[in-house]
Amino acid sequence: MKKVYKIEVDCANCANKMEEAARKTPGVQAATVNFMTLKMNVEFEPGQDPAAVMQQVRRNCKKVEDDCEIYL
Amino acid sequence: MQERIVGGLLAVIVVMAAGLLLWGRREDSNMTGKQKKTLGRILTATALLLVLQLLPQMVFAPLDALAPGAGYWVRLALYLADYLIIGYDILIKAGKGIRNRQIFDESFLMTIATVGAIALALYEHSGDYTEAIAVMLFYQIGEWFQSYAVGKSRRSISELMDIRPDYANVEREGKLERVDPDEVDIGSVIVVQPGEKVPIDGVVEEGASSLNTSALTGESLPRDVRTGDEVISGCINMTGVLKIRTTREFGESTVSKILDLVENASSRKSKSEDFISKFARVYTPAVCLAALALALLPPLVRMLGMGLEAQWEQWIYRALTFLVISCPCALVISIPLSFFAGIGGASRAGVLVKGSNYLETLSQTRIVVFDKTGTLTQGVFEVNGIHHSEMDNARLLEYAALVESASSHPISKSLQRAYGREIDRSRVTDIRELSGNGVMAKVDGVEVAAGNDKLMAHLGVEYIDCHSVGTIIHMAVGGEYAGHIVISDIVKPHAKTAIAALKAAGVRKTVMLTGDARKVAEQVAGELGVDEVCSELLPAGKVEKVEALLQDKPAKAKLAFVGDGINDAPVLRRADIGIAMGAMGSDAAIEAADVVLMDDDPMKIAKAIRISRKCLRIVYQNIVFAIGIKLICLALGALGIADMWLAIFADVGVMILAVLNAIRALFVKKL
Repeated sequence: MKKVYKIEVDCANCANKMEEAARKTPGVQAATVNFMTLKMNVEFEPGQDPAAVMQQVRRNCKKVEDDCEIYL
Repeated sequence: MQERIVGGLLAVIVVMAAGLLLWGRREDSNMTGKQKKTLGRILTATALLLVLQLLPQMVFAPLDALAPGAGYWVRLALYLADYLIIGYDILIKAGKGIRNRQIFDESFLMTIATVGAIALALYEHSGDYTEAIAVMLFYQIGEWFQSYAVGKSRRSISELMDIRPDYANVEREGKLERVDPDEVDIGSVIVVQPGEKVPIDGVVEEGASSLNTSALTGESLPRDVRTGDEVISGCINMTGVLKIRTTREFGESTVSKILDLVENASSRKSKSEDFISKFARVYTPAVCLAALALALLPPLVRMLGMGLEAQWEQWIYRALTFLVISCPCALVISIPLSFFAGIGGASRAGVLVKGSNYLETLSQTRIVVFDKTGTLTQGVFEVNGIHHSEMDNARLLEYAALVESASSHPISKSLQRAYGREIDRSRVTDIRELSGNGVMAKVDGVEVAAGNDKLMAHLGVEYIDCHSVGTIIHMAVGGEYAGHIVISDIVKPHAKTAIAALKAAGVRKTVMLTGDARKVAEQVAGELGVDEVCSELLPAGKVEKVEALLQDKPAKAKLAFVGDGINDAPVLRRADIGIAMGAMGSDAAIEAADVVLMDDDPMKIAKAIRISRKCLRIVYQNIVFAIGIKLICLALGALGIADMWLAIFADVGVMILAVLNAIRALFVKKL
């Protein structure tokens, strides 16, 4: 399953770090962050609950870039 | 000397920041609150720094009379206050970074570099704190500029794609009501007034008007529509009121499809972007390790190996200079920004590119394969000539149209269109169709036959062969040969120049695929200047042919397939890059193609390639320029030639130039 989330982040490298953090989160199959359109596309592994996984993704992103926000 | 330069520079920044701040008060400046706040801090910090810079150290001397060393401490406190004004958020972020174990965080590295510089100044009693503050200051200026430029280009591109309709007018009980386009069912009648956007695809029920399609096609000439014409959503109604019966739901309408496509476009990343994000991941740690080595190794070697003085301060200073250049931001921002601007610029020209990766592939296109019908030709058959007619041409055409009146074959349609008048079917009786050969019927009681040479032979009528290219319809009226009508697919007006433009844009080979007979195909190809023709192909043969071409070509040359998107989805997918033409409204094409040309003009293919070339050129310029300057600065820093001033200047300067260069990709009009 794929979903798109709106995000808020200030710099391009931070967006890359968020992408990296999202990819490493368990339950996420693939993730891309688009800095220019401020969107995060997440593909979840089958059988995962997106809401729960995204909570963790958000926490992990906050760790690498404190100033970011993901609108769930 | 240096003091004067620094003073002048700070004065310039004060003036510019103040000017920007004033401008930022205007409604149309689009500056966010955060940007205004940062600008305020930049102004305050620079002004304070300028004052401190201009005051000679002597001013603080009288304070020493109050308490020993008081002047020194007051001066230090003022500088530190200035440092905190400009850098407090960076310090806070650095703190959070440490807590989250992000040691390669830019804020953290900036903090080490500046705090380190202040510590060195304290240790050396040089009293030169300006450098640390300046590094923080320029870093903030750079960040501010980046945030403003990115915001600005985001806005200008979304304005470009501002085709989303907000409402639809539905007539209820004689009154117009505005409703959400999502709520309009298929088959409802909507009213579009002049100046409004057509919200949903449909057919004009009533009214006539001109539509501005420039947001969709890049074509500035308005399109005239009247009752019965199809209209697509996203056009702007210019002159008259239109009543439109919808043929699709809003979610399925052209405008929704395009918006969806554009919004998801740059999520597909190009190789350059991947390269840069990988580079950024390695770059920062590498520079940090190099800084550590620079701080420790040379002094140790000097001390232990050569018996010289260690010069710790000097080497630590050089290491701190390294940290200033460690932020990869200039690179990381400028590449996606270039692609984003390139995709935005292309869509302004009526070329939708589905992702940065496709823009990259497009720029490497060397072979362009066309599906003839609908790309180079209009895909509409037209009567091209009437030869050897024994009677009036118009009358022959009338007979032909009447005989063929029962058929829905494209050829029959074109005859009926060429006739141009209402067909009175009561005049036609006794219609007999000879499959594959033609039609016979009685028109006004006279026996008329229309068909190919076989039909004529079958009827025992002597016919005259035709030298023209196309489908030949021989006519026999009352058992006598009456001449023939030539019908052919007409070549688009720009097709020939389009092929020439492709060559000029660096395409090495053009290939035309068609199901037509060889003679027809070769004549068209010769006329247009296409290099290679494959004729008499069945739909499946097209895929095979493209496969063969893909195998023959060198790996670096990319193959583009151009189709009209109606039934060539498999080929569009198979090619390195699939281009669908005139695809407005054709769902299958928008889904299968990687690049969608919004109008029928084949010139757009060359334009799309030129746009992609320009964009990629900018991307490479930025990569080489940014990495190059950084490496030069690192080298100069290690040798002690570049100080922190130069480092931060180079860093921020490179970013500003790279961002400005990236925005250039947006301007594609003259390409």
